[in-house]
Amino acid sequence: MKLGLLELRRRPGRFATATIILTLIAILLMFLGGLLDGLISSSTAAIKAQSGDVIVYSESSQASFLRSRVDGELRTAVEALPGVEVTGGIGLVQLGARVPGNGPRDLASVALFGYEIPPDGVPDVPADGLVWADDVLKSDGVEEGMELLLGPARSPVTVAGFVSDVSFNGQGSLWASPDTWREVLVANRPDAQLADEVFQALIVVGDGAPSALARSIDDATAGATESFTIPDAIDAIPGVEEQQSTFNQIIGVTVVIALVVIALFFALLTVERTGLYGVLKAIGARSSTIFVGLVAQAVVVTLIASAIACAVVLALDVVIPPGAIPLDITNSRIVTSVVLLLVAAVIGCAFSLRRVLRVDPASAIGGSA
Amino acid sequence: MTFDTTRDAHGGGVATAAPPALVMDGVRKVYTMGDGSEVVALADATLTIASDEMVALVGPSGSGKTTLCSIAGGILSPTSGTIVVGGEDITGFSPKQLTTFRQEKVGFVFQSVNLVPFLTARENLLVVDELGRRTGATARQRADTLLDELGLADRAKNLPGQLSGGQRQRVAIGRALMNDPALVLFDEPTSALDTQLGEQVMELIRSEMQSRRIAAIVVTHDERITHYCDRSVHIVDGHLTE
Repeated sequence: MKLGLLELRRRPGRFATATIILTLIAILLMFLGGLLDGLISSSTAAIKAQSGDVIVYSESSQASFLRSRVDGELRTAVEALPGVEVTGGIGLVQLGARVPGNGPRDLASVALFGYEIPPDGVPDVPADGLVWADDVLKSDGVEEGMELLLGPARSPVTVAGFVSDVSFNGQGSLWASPDTWREVLVANRPDAQLADEVFQALIVVGDGAPSALARSIDDATAGATESFTIPDAIDAIPGVEEQQSTFNQIIGVTVVIALVVIALFFALLTVERTGLYGVLKAIGARSSTIFVGLVAQAVVVTLIASAIACAVVLALDVVIPPGAIPLDITNSRIVTSVVLLLVAAVIGCAFSLRRVLRVDPASAIGGSA
Repeated sequence: MTFDTTRDAHGGGVATAAPPALVMDGVRKVYTMGDGSEVVALADATLTIASDEMVALVGPSGSGKTTLCSIAGGILSPTSGTIVVGGEDITGFSPKQLTTFRQEKVGFVFQSVNLVPFLTARENLLVVDELGRRTGATARQRADTLLDELGLADRAKNLPGQLSGGQRQRVAIGRALMNDPALVLFDEPTSALDTQLGEQVMELIRSEMQSRRIAAIVVTHDERITHYCDRSVHIVDGHLTE
């Protein structure tokens, strides 16, 4: 191993090509992961932020707010269940918002929520007519104190302040009182009008295991509800699984490319060094010693490439304005990417093992080395 | 044909007390070719080299020099026969045992020197310890002593590319001596050198081997350098003759 590391230190130029290619691959891997996380977050953050344990939709709604109706009777039935501590109504309407200073057709897409239980990071319910705005809307020119006109009815709401990480369906969210939400809904979607006590879904806070609570709610309502734990509700949002699957496949292919690059690079390096390995074996080197040296080189090259890629991706995360693209760089994504690359490096190196084993120390004698 | 000899390397006519550096008894090496035919690379070779003797192994290309040298150095195992190096019978050694044997009992100086290009002269000597027992400070001290004795103390930190051909050859000799071997194998040590440098290298090899009383086999096809050795052994088509 010491030999391998000394070679890296003394002849960094020999490893420059592999390091550059691996750096580009690592950037791609981390960036793709960040895009996936950002995309999923922009679609689901509003649900993920819910501070309840279970979300209750009406039957056949397929976890869609727009299709779901939970009336007062159903809510009373849920609240009566043992294990249910608090319930809070929640409703949604997705509209275009006119932002002062923007052109008349330059609408910001918003998801206006009416809520009773504040999600994580969202303050208590504001006064009627006020909203907490998702900070991704800043990229659309939204500012604190600004009056936004929502939908074709141009329903006015005023931004009381900003909140973070609560996007929904790729749109910046606005968080309003149930009455404000209901007014906007009636004005802009008359077909979706709801009675005063009717919400689209319920957020339930319980004292038991969320999955058991969800089952007991559906049992108690005799199938009139479809209840999900928060993670299940996220997965149930249409398109989320497809997005994850697509991105994970791209990430998988990228890891395979990294593996192939490492395998080819070290295979070429091994072929080039057959003579040197023959000499080393002749003077007493074991194949395992030589192979461990190769693996050490691959690991160090991968770590250097990962470190550079990490710095580049973090810089991109800072430079790219919030809301411009759905990029969310997290520590866990970076660590996962590095681990995947390291595994690819070790497996890639393993392809050279057979070649190392086949180097004959006798080749060092007789001038063929 | 076989050839058997034991002789005092310094002309006294009396065998030294130390065990012979090499005893090959009826050693035969046969290679099976792809078509099933057999090629005899070494035919019943019997050879004894005293503990401080320097022997020239002379023969044309393809005569079996490399095979004999590889078997003597524990790189190849013979098809039949017995081989004892420095009093240790290595005939039935496994590849793993042979690797350990090479780390501890023999030294090699290869035809094109073959130093590790990215290691300094000192590190090239220490590689032997790195691959073997890892004695640390003892090895570093021995490397420094060897470099000093070989006139390379001021070149210890130079890479092979910064050394002359003769200096590289000295480093290779130092590497071969690092493990205090019973036998050093020199593979065509002058083939890549001009006549003058070749003679200087042979002088160096002779003086180093004599002063340390270490046995050596010098593989060569150049009759002009055999006079530096105590005796010459010829090999033709796998058969040894004097």
